[in-house]
Amino acid sequence: MDLTFTDSENAFRQECRSWLEANVPREPLPSGDTKEGFALHIDWEHELFDAGWAAVSWPKQYGGREASLFEWLIFEEEYYRVRAPSRVTQNGIFLLAPTLFEFGTEEQKERILRPMARGDVTWGQAWSEPNAGSDLASLKSTARRVDSGWRLSGQKTWSTRAAFCDMAYGLFRSDPEQTRHRGLTYFMFPLQGEGITVRGVDRLDGDEGFAEIFLEDVFVPDTDVIGEVHQGWEVAMATTSSERGLSLRSPGRFMATASRLIDLYHRHRDRSDPVLRDEVVQAWMDAQAYRWFTFQTVTRMMQGESIGPDSSMNKVFWSEMDVRTHETALALIGDALELDEGSESSVDGGHWMKGFQFALAGPIYAGTNEIQRNIIAERVLGLPRK
Amino acid sequence: MRFAFTDDQKMLRDTVREVLQRECAPEVVRAAWEERPEGVRSVWDTLAETGVIGMTASEQAGGMGMSELDLVLPLEETGYAALPGPIVDTAAVGIPLLEAVGTDAQKDRWLGPAALGEARVVVSFEDQAIVPYAGSADLLIAERGGAGYCVPIAEASIVPERSVDRARELGRVSFEAGPHYRMREDVDVSASFALGRERAALGTAAQLIGLCRRMLDMTVQYAKDREQFGKPIGAQQAVKHRLANALIEQEFARPMVYRAGWSMATSARDVEIDVSLAKIYAGQAARFVAKQALQVHGAIGYTIECDLHMWMKRAWALAAAHGDAAYHRERVGRHIL
Repeated sequence: MDLTFTDSENAFRQECRSWLEANVPREPLPSGDTKEGFALHIDWEHELFDAGWAAVSWPKQYGGREASLFEWLIFEEEYYRVRAPSRVTQNGIFLLAPTLFEFGTEEQKERILRPMARGDVTWGQAWSEPNAGSDLASLKSTARRVDSGWRLSGQKTWSTRAAFCDMAYGLFRSDPEQTRHRGLTYFMFPLQGEGITVRGVDRLDGDEGFAEIFLEDVFVPDTDVIGEVHQGWEVAMATTSSERGLSLRSPGRFMATASRLIDLYHRHRDRSDPVLRDEVVQAWMDAQAYRWFTFQTVTRMMQGESIGPDSSMNKVFWSEMDVRTHETALALIGDALELDEGSESSVDGGHWMKGFQFALAGPIYAGTNEIQRNIIAERVLGLPRK
Repeated sequence: MRFAFTDDQKMLRDTVREVLQRECAPEVVRAAWEERPEGVRSVWDTLAETGVIGMTASEQAGGMGMSELDLVLPLEETGYAALPGPIVDTAAVGIPLLEAVGTDAQKDRWLGPAALGEARVVVSFEDQAIVPYAGSADLLIAERGGAGYCVPIAEASIVPERSVDRARELGRVSFEAGPHYRMREDVDVSASFALGRERAALGTAAQLIGLCRRMLDMTVQYAKDREQFGKPIGAQQAVKHRLANALIEQEFARPMVYRAGWSMATSARDVEIDVSLAKIYAGQAARFVAKQALQVHGAIGYTIECDLHMWMKRAWALAAAHGDAAYHRERVGRHIL
């Protein structure tokens, strides 16, 4: 066991820090989940990519720096420490790319990865449907075989940023004879063009962060199928642990939130009491616990172990920690908590209420925490399914 | 960065695990409750043969010169077995204190026997009058008025106190703090005892993780076996979610304990904060797991007949021993705020 960073990891941290401090926009950008904010975030993504920071752990040929997993965690810590813009390319870089690395063809990787990382082509997820949320395998959208490709039809929903993105990916029923997890295929498809309607949906915090996608006989070539036809469920599930686990929410984000909470505590100390003080301490400790849990997990991964259903524990932990941390912040702010973004008298620009509303989504997306607890109980503890 | 134990460390854990599986079944813990400690005596002797009791002693004293980190996994196993006996006091705290603060005569008389498991050592820190396993120990190392004392138990007064965990054999200790018991004064005694406190908290945290694992194992097994409404109760989502929560508490506490072991072994900066985090998370996890375990067991878990209670009561006692959550949270708070 060695819980120190190596000289080269420290040098990497220094390199991240210098570049980020010199380049991160001085003023925070408007929310990336709005049309104008999204465009500004894309400019930032170009800048990140051109300097080689967009996807540090990727192979060099696709614009990465072949950083180790620990170096990636270091990058994330530094990224959130300086409050760099949120990553609107996230659903591509952190969720689709791992699937492409595992199942994609050479042609797909060549064609898709660099534009994805640069933010030239942006990606949304399209899993849920109006009647297929937690029970994703009950999805109804279809793929009909045609000459040299497929025709997609159906409705997808809760697609993050799909109102601004270029492309999306998701599962469609390609074999009408099969039910549930069988007979599904994993497709990439465009968000503009004939037969496609995308309608933005305002989220709890008021941003147009969600969208519904309506598809009517939309042509997709064979080259946009990932993995084997009818094997989409296996393809999608192989990388869900990325979404639940560390690639979606690395510890750096929560460490940064905890240190901002401590800063807020110092400014609002007069309102505090021993209970609130303990909550602030707890928030800091939980971020530490998540960090060390992650370092242990990453060590296992680097030794060649696969993580699998254990990632459900990550997801429950970080999502519920994030809600608690924001609740503590709002308690420190007191009645001024209702002063929203854009209100002149708001504390920290209304950032905490905004963050609280975002945090509330955590226990719902990427598989609700109820589903995660079922997975933990059945697949880690071995309790019977029925 | 490499957050994993070595093969040697895991091997030692496996050795201890096998010994305890063989010789420290729940009946042995139960016998200790009923003042029949023969089984515990014999498992202690076997553990001594593996070298684990004296492992932190220097090689010239007959030990292996191993670190706090090496001791974490073996101690976790003693928690899993709910082993009664002062193994944390002897192996993690007492032997290092004896080496650091003992006079040559004290070391000549006690260090070898302690390292070989022949003498059981208990430790009483300043203001800690009640000491677990005092009655059956051989040597008391005590901190009084900033000085260290090395007192043969036979020469101390031990008034039994009753723990909710009967196997802990609590005793209120007192002795005549005379010069003949005095430990060295030419070393930093209070720093040595302060380090001892950290080691006690860390060792206790390691045992708490073991207690968690055992309670969870028992409960998962029970939830698979026990049928109601024509199916195992573990198939019910309400039960599943309790046990999933228990696992999360346990698994997030574990790395905190392992990290504190590393921090102590390497004298890392702010090591006492890492120990506090370990103690807080391990204690919290153990109390939480105990509660879920009892609820899932239902009425049978609420009896003395069911083994669970021995693990639960140990968990309650150890979660509060060597600094409860409030104490350690305050220490962390002073550091970060």
